Amino acid sequence: MSVVMTLLKRDLAALMPGSSRGNSLLPLLFFLAVAMLFPFAVGPDAELLGATGGGMIWVAALLAAILPLDRLLAPDLESGFFDQWALRGVTEEVIVAVRLLAHWLSFGPFILLASFPASALLGIDGATLHTVLLGLLAGTPGLAAIGIIISAVTVGLRSGGAALSGLLMIPLAVPLLIFGAGALSTGGEGGLALTGAISLVLVAIAPFAGGAAIRATREG
Amino acid sequence: MEPCRLAASDLACRRGDRVLFSGLAFALETGEACHVTGPNGIGKSSLIRILSGLMRPFAGEVTHTGSMGLVDERLALDEHLPLGKALGFWERIDRCSDASGAIAAMQIAHLLDVPVRYLSTGQRKRAAIARLLNSGRRIWLLDEPLNGLDTQAKGAVEALVAQHCGGGGIALVASHQDFAVPDIRKLHLPDFIA
Repeated sequence: MSVVMTLLKRDLAALMPGSSRGNSLLPLLFFLAVAMLFPFAVGPDAELLGATGGGMIWVAALLAAILPLDRLLAPDLESGFFDQWALRGVTEEVIVAVRLLAHWLSFGPFILLASFPASALLGIDGATLHTVLLGLLAGTPGLAAIGIIISAVTVGLRSGGAALSGLLMIPLAVPLLIFGAGALSTGGEGGLALTGAISLVLVAIAPFAGGAAIRATREG
Repeated sequence: MEPCRLAASDLACRRGDRVLFSGLAFALETGEACHVTGPNGIGKSSLIRILSGLMRPFAGEVTHTGSMGLVDERLALDEHLPLGKALGFWERIDRCSDASGAIAAMQIAHLLDVPVRYLSTGQRKRAAIARLLNSGRRIWLLDEPLNGLDTQAKGAVEALVAQHCGGGGIALVASHQDFAVPDIRKLHLPDFIA
């Protein structure tokens, strides 16, 4: 247990916004910037903004989750951390599971909070915001899980890993987006439940998929 | 302390389409040290990675009793942190309660406040060996442990290896330099070229 806590503490120090490792507030600011610029691009039609704003928040959340992917796992693999963990019997699955939690904590709660100012900027009403928040709560763990799997799969690539991980993330995130943002138009709880279900499946497989990908990189 | 053992039988290593060595066999018992020699590119580092279980051998198998510790060219310390904190992370993972012995042995006490990225090659090596000491591992796998070390630190590492083996541990050292430890066995890797 203490090993997990030690790992989590290090991961949070590295990934949290404003931490010593120099991880920036960029994903969060990026999210807010999209919400801020969208009304300028679409025009001040309150009805249109209210109807599309919830979906816009979802797209902005997805893009904000992509930003930290290239330094999620690669630095630790390059500097030999995974080798030293392996020799100590700390499995890649445990590392990836802890990193997944830290990755979600570093953007999920902040995006939920930032949804309040974003909804004001987009003119979204209270009921819609409620659905958006529930959807993001159910969906962001899934986004984090997709992110860490892709990060592990592309970790062995010498260059272009960041661009590729962004491209890979988008099709995989489509189901989450369809049900999460789709709950806005139907107003139903079915979409939210499906978003949560997809998230749970992704979170459950991420440590094993990620761990296997990291071991495969080592063999090369 | 319980005895430890490191043995390899009929080991072969392939990198790309080249077989680096084959038919390699040895057995190290408690208290033995072994110096793996050979020119660059002969497969010393690959042998260390195979023995540590990080790489699968092309053929043959490795058996070991006892925990293994590795020092290689990759430091596995957070570059932006002061050395003391970076080592502290591994002390907590290794459940090491007292790191002062290792810090004194490798003479890095004055570096504990210096961020790892400012350390020289030799200072990094000292830090890696201090972590190995703190980890309490029984089988030491050292890949070029003397690189970048000055004469005095070199002597200290050799003394530590002698002391470790005297205490019933095993050390396998891959180095193209001389490694002065009493009764050290030699494994000349070019003898096993396929």
